[in-house]
Amino acid sequence: MLGTGIVQGFAITARNFVGSFHDPARFVTVQYPEEPAPVTENYRNFPFLIYDAEDDPMGTLRCVACRICEKECPPQCIYIVPDIDEKGKPRKHPRVFDLDVSVCMSCQICVEVCPFDAIKMDQVFALAATDRFDGLLQRKEQLAKPNRYFHQIHPAEAAEVDARLVGERTQAEEKARAMAAAKLAAATGASAAQPPLPGA
Amino acid sequence: MSGAVLHFLADLLVGGRVGSRPGGLQARGPAGDALEQAPVMLRDWVAHWFPAPVRWLAGNLFGVLATLAAFALLFVALTLVERKVLGRMQNRPGPNRAGPFGLLQPVADGIKLLVKEDIVPAAADKPLHFLAPVAFLAFNLLAFAVIPYGRLLVPVDLDAGILFFFAAGAGTELAVFIAGWSSHNKYSLLAAMRALAQLISYELPLLLAVVPVVMLAGTLSPAGVVAAQGRWTFGLLPHWHVFTPCGAAGFVLFMLAALAEANRAPFDLPEAESELIAGHLTEYSGFKYALFFMGEYLGMTALSAMAVTLYLGGWQAPCAGLQFIPSYLWFVLKLLALLALFMWTRGTLPRLRLDQLMRLSWKFLTPLALINLGTAACWQLGAGAEGWGAQLGRWVLAWALVLVPFTVLGRGLGAGFGRRTYRYAT
Repeated sequence: MLGTGIVQGFAITARNFVGSFHDPARFVTVQYPEEPAPVTENYRNFPFLIYDAEDDPMGTLRCVACRICEKECPPQCIYIVPDIDEKGKPRKHPRVFDLDVSVCMSCQICVEVCPFDAIKMDQVFALAATDRFDGLLQRKEQLAKPNRYFHQIHPAEAAEVDARLVGERTQAEEKARAMAAAKLAAATGASAAQPPLPGA
Repeated sequence: MSGAVLHFLADLLVGGRVGSRPGGLQARGPAGDALEQAPVMLRDWVAHWFPAPVRWLAGNLFGVLATLAAFALLFVALTLVERKVLGRMQNRPGPNRAGPFGLLQPVADGIKLLVKEDIVPAAADKPLHFLAPVAFLAFNLLAFAVIPYGRLLVPVDLDAGILFFFAAGAGTELAVFIAGWSSHNKYSLLAAMRALAQLISYELPLLLAVVPVVMLAGTLSPAGVVAAQGRWTFGLLPHWHVFTPCGAAGFVLFMLAALAEANRAPFDLPEAESELIAGHLTEYSGFKYALFFMGEYLGMTALSAMAVTLYLGGWQAPCAGLQFIPSYLWFVLKLLALLALFMWTRGTLPRLRLDQLMRLSWKFLTPLALINLGTAACWQLGAGAEGWGAQLGRWVLAWALVLVPFTVLGRGLGAGFGRRTYRYAT
């Protein structure tokens, strides 16, 4: 009969109206500046640098200033100066690590190429600044964030990275131990084969 | 307070006629009476500061100002409430930035409209361009003069008040056309003609839907219509016109036509904010536009108030036991309920095309309203029938006269509302 569809429509709007007062699924607006906007786990935007020890951010930065990301970055928004000691030897640590917000396009290529899991994608999107030169240039200190933060924003990926790092470390330790043992065995074998030098 | 004083006060307000009407001033509890009398006493207290020769003028002016202030405030509140309600219906919070819960939004809107530049096109007919919003608002305000707001609150108790109401309402159509014509803009003119076509098409079912009520009540006076609805079966079931078959049909027809007369969704085609650059209001900005806006809301409020008066018992309480609540509060409650219905409709139904709009009026509402006249006549003729069987037959016949044409006409109407077919495009 004429009008049944209209009555159904009225029922839908009435359900919306009542539901908006008690049902969060029907009332999805987020008051953004006052409330944080929810982001999904897979949301990735703008890289950051990871450090391990909470009390020593700059000392335990995973970055070794190898400059692979700087070379691979398509818009060239990364600028790295490796730290050197007095003798001119690289200290495997960036003296300068700058990232330009206005240039970065969040392509994640720096993350893909980093062999040390030192740079990862962040979830920040409120990067506006009042100064478009210094304000938009993020320094090493601003970029460095603890591994705990990485676990917070990307739990699955962080767990996988941690497991891999631990695995690599134990592998490296085993290898080192094996090499040391081999060296020792070689040394003792050599000493057994060769008669000790006279007077030794 | 003695009965003589009460009568004196009542006489002051309504020219001494309400006391003689059925459902007029009745003896009730002292507390209820005091509340009932409060507006009249306030008016008399204000008037008594004036010298005796102009006291009647001061009293009447106070009534006019109070009505204007009340409905202007209601308009201000409506603009905010409507946006809030529409937002909730669309799963969003609505305006909530200006002040706590967005309560200052009307103030912000008002300031914004007032400081906007008032542009008058160079080629416009300037006096008429100025006159259109004024006339629009004035005609809409006139309609408020004859509404009985309460047992003692009838600003002007005209014997042909209903006629006056719809005559004033028809004046707004003139203002709409003045607006379109004086703008010297072909789009405005076309839009005004379209608006006029709609308003005149819906004027017919609007008026025809009112006639059954006049037949049932036997009077053209709004106060008389309300008084005629002031009875209850068993003290519980009110004798409002909406509960009779022809009254129910009339109420639905009246509300549909009122939606169109007030330019409200789904018949907001004359303005169609998102499509038609505001129709006949294209060349209006700033305060003049605000006046049109206000006039539209006031027109909607006036039509709701008339619907309450004609069909929903006006200021009468829904059952005899609730009469201790002042009559004007019942009126306001019913008025707000109808305004909420207007908002609900706007939040629900999409806009009609012009041909659909015309078809709805001429092929559906107008025939139904004409048939409803016959229904009302049968209903009235059967009023004196004795015995349960005769009364049952009267109800069945009247409802059949309402529902059968609705179904039959509705089937023919629905056939044309399907998918639009195109001859050359797919």
